[in-house]
Amino acid sequence: MEPGRKRIKYWQWLPILVFWLLVWQLAYTLIGSDLLLASPLQVGSRLLVLVGEGHFWLTAGLSILRITAGFLLGVAIGVIFAVLTARIRLMWLLFRPVIVAIRATPIASFIILALVWMTKARVVIFIVLLMVVPIVWANVVEGIRKTDPQLLEMAQIFGLTSSQVLRLIYLPSVSPFFLAAVTTALGLGWKAGIAAEVLSTPQPSLGSELYNAKIYLETPNLLAYTLVIIVLSLILEKLLLWVLNRAESYFKTHGRLGDAA
Amino acid sequence: MSIRIEKISKAYGELKVIDDLTLQLPSNGLVSLSGPSGCGKTTLLRLLAGLEQPDSGLIKGIEKRIISMVFQEDRLLPWLSAADNVAAVLSSKRREALNWLERVCLPEEFAGYYPAQLSGGMKRRVALARALARPGELMLLDEPFTGMDTDLKENLFPLLWETATRRLVVLVTHDLTDIEALAGQAYRAEGPPLRLREA
Repeated sequence: MEPGRKRIKYWQWLPILVFWLLVWQLAYTLIGSDLLLASPLQVGSRLLVLVGEGHFWLTAGLSILRITAGFLLGVAIGVIFAVLTARIRLMWLLFRPVIVAIRATPIASFIILALVWMTKARVVIFIVLLMVVPIVWANVVEGIRKTDPQLLEMAQIFGLTSSQVLRLIYLPSVSPFFLAAVTTALGLGWKAGIAAEVLSTPQPSLGSELYNAKIYLETPNLLAYTLVIIVLSLILEKLLLWVLNRAESYFKTHGRLGDAA
Repeated sequence: MSIRIEKISKAYGELKVIDDLTLQLPSNGLVSLSGPSGCGKTTLLRLLAGLEQPDSGLIKGIEKRIISMVFQEDRLLPWLSAADNVAAVLSSKRREALNWLERVCLPEEFAGYYPAQLSGGMKRRVALARALARPGELMLLDEPFTGMDTDLKENLFPLLWETATRRLVVLVTHDLTDIEALAGQAYRAEGPPLRLREA
């Protein structure tokens, strides 16, 4: 939300939505070709047909499963790499160039390369992972490095154990960086995952449906699946934020000192 | 066992903060150092705490001592309440932490407040409670009374005297009236490099 602006309620979005639907309809009328742009009505009716089919839910479910697997693996690997590179200089020197190279390489290059190496379903998981690891790694490393050295000195003087230092100092210090990383990584990972599905066409998948729509010039199908992808991305992001907020409120309710407190 | 500081020196770049300082500290009691800011008092405390090493010289008798400290900054964990900050050094004994907060005159209703919600003087009291709560042999206090009024300080002095019967308390302050009120072994500090003379 922009600073100083009031939060807009859900129902207040309705006129905005109607406005953009009208713009879409106007563009459709002006273009006058179903091939170039389908109308909102065509896309809406195609969506209604799709959600009534079992195949659609299987397709969406498997895409979510692949992308979530890649995302979770990427988060885990990103955190492990961050801890290792922040603590061990040799690891930093060894792996930093690799991560920088991954960030700079076009995702399409990795997709094509991965197609040679592995099965289609694994390509998607691998590509999402590659997208997520550098983001999580960079943020968590920054979080570790920005941990207040004065608090670490305090912990040293008061003889806090390694697990106390982790729980009481590092985790709360790093968590804002981690939260920012995972929310950004989920959005980017989702888009990269769909792109990987378009190029690798695992069956069934949302990406391969997009690919088929392009091949057979089914513009309403293309736009309907694009809308599905956008909505699923928003739902997954909200779900992730809900889980993270629950975790944070758990810490606030139970304290960080554990049950003995 | 007493602490013996033998001919220690410490420099930061070109600045000699401590130069060839020798000092004997008792095994318990209250030792206070007062002097202007930047004369090297905090550096001496950090050397006693083992947070820094002298460039030359020796500090004997601090090996394996359990130390607690009030730092120049509060150094409270911002995500823990006042009581939990104290409990963190007590293996999570919250009841005991509340007792210590009461002893440093922090009203109970503030025990659940986070550091950002407390005044400067309240934060100092939480930091003092944390240092007092940790059973140890050496307590180092760097300007512990910052932000406190005279009445409050006078309420805390007996707590320091009582603590000093069981362990060595080294207090650093720029306020001479604190030193006069607290008595004990008192030094006036000048520098840098740090020079100490009995007050």
